[in-house]
Amino acid sequence: MNLGPHAIFIIASYVVVVVVVTALIGWIAADYAAQQRILRNLEQRGVTRRSQRAKGDAP
Amino acid sequence: MAVIDLANPTRFLTLVNRVLPWLIGATALVFAYGLYRVAGAPDDYQQGATVKIMYLHVPGAWLGMMGWGVMTVAALGTLVWRHPLADVAGKAAAPIGAGFTFICLATGMLWGRPMWGTYWVWDARLTSVLVLFLLYLGMLALYWTAEDPNRSARAAAILALVGAVNIPIIKFSVDWWNTLHQPASVVRMGGAAIDASILVPLLIMALAFTLLFFTLHFAAMRNEILRRRVRSMRMMQAREVPV
Amino acid sequence: MNPFLALIGRDMRLAIRVGGGALMGALFYFTVVAMTPFAIGPDLNLLARIGPAILWLGALLASLLALDRLFATDHEDGSLDLLMMGTMPLELAVAAKAIAHWLTTALPLIVITPVLGLMLNVEMSAMGWVALTLLAGTPALTFIGLIGAALAVTLRRGGLLLAVLVLPLTVPVLIFGVAAANAAIIGPAPFGPPFTILCALSLASLVLGPVAAAAALRQGLE
Repeated sequence: MNLGPHAIFIIASYVVVVVVVTALIGWIAADYAAQQRILRNLEQRGVTRRSQRAKGDAP
Repeated sequence: MAVIDLANPTRFLTLVNRVLPWLIGATALVFAYGLYRVAGAPDDYQQGATVKIMYLHVPGAWLGMMGWGVMTVAALGTLVWRHPLADVAGKAAAPIGAGFTFICLATGMLWGRPMWGTYWVWDARLTSVLVLFLLYLGMLALYWTAEDPNRSARAAAILALVGAVNIPIIKFSVDWWNTLHQPASVVRMGGAAIDASILVPLLIMALAFTLLFFTLHFAAMRNEILRRRVRSMRMMQAREVPV
Repeated sequence: MNPFLALIGRDMRLAIRVGGGALMGALFYFTVVAMTPFAIGPDLNLLARIGPAILWLGALLASLLALDRLFATDHEDGSLDLLMMGTMPLELAVAAKAIAHWLTTALPLIVITPVLGLMLNVEMSAMGWVALTLLAGTPALTFIGLIGAALAVTLRRGGLLLAVLVLPLTVPVLIFGVAAANAAIIGPAPFGPPFTILCALSLASLVLGPVAAAAALRQGLE
């Protein structure tokens, strides 16, 4: 594949898109891992949500 | 008053968990096929190989605008129907839409340098996208500065609606301003003049980017629901401590 | 007395009294316009060419200046709650506050515009036209800013957030305001089309602004 005289700009565009998309994916994945960790931590310490407790005892 | 209705989001979470792997797979497949078609697509007789930037630039512009559309629908959901997922959807769409708008701007600049001889011209389309990007940044700033998610959701919904009313007006005025100052653009691309050998890969790439948008959006909505769950659990915990 | 007029009167009295910002907008405008030649040089031909643009930018920034206090003071002393509970529709009350803000901030600025034009080497006869475009366009700035002010008070933030939210929305007003002013001074484009569009923008924001601001207050402060 011959990209012609302006290959650097074409490659740079694709690199920009890869960087932006990777940043978005990375941010979302890291955020998901962080929220999961906090939730597990809270559940381990016995903190429950109102919806879960309503099934057990009266509020 | 329920702080956050958790029943509906829980059902949504199971749905996301089931659908997301398929979405990721479909996005990867369509991207692979789209990039394969882009590699095989012919060069433009006028612009040479730089037309390959278009396969990123145009979907970026479409999805940047669609992102605001998603936020507008979500804003109606927040203000009119008070749907508990609507402001989650709106908040999750803002950074993703901003990201795609940035892709459109950055690739537009990189396309402009070989074609126009300069990174930036105050071309009507680039300028409109720039204003859209500024609106996105304002929306992100609003989310960053607000502490209470309910309060910021309402404010963001109003801003999304005001922006949706204003974006066509801004587009119109920028077009008018541009014709006043710059009679002709260097590169003209007629909508119908695109050959199928270029149009088909473009449409496949647009589909790939759209799938990517919704994959990211669903995943970001899941994060936002979990974040609110953490918040409500912490508030429950704080309430229980003195007892 | 008509509550709408009473509210305009109250806000104007508050703005004119000590501590109010009535003339501060005009003073800021004067300072910004006077600073510009230091940035771009004292070339009178250049100043004459970009004079209308400087005046419009100054007006845009000056109209933003006092906006973040528009609802904040009323929110702090509780009178905003009274307005929301009152019999007058909140949209009207909010519009009254915007009109009072325009009368105390934008109007003095328009009055001193001809004097500033002399410093920028814009002809006296043309200054009337620039002032006319400001008169037609600044209501749009105030009423768009009104939305930002309402959002800022519900978030308990002001200042820079307000500017970041509001400025992109004022792009059309700036474009047509400067275009109309330039058409009047330099030509050759006709003055009519941009000026009528500018008036249309003002009228449209006269409707959109109060409705959106009232919605923001109702949603945000309930």
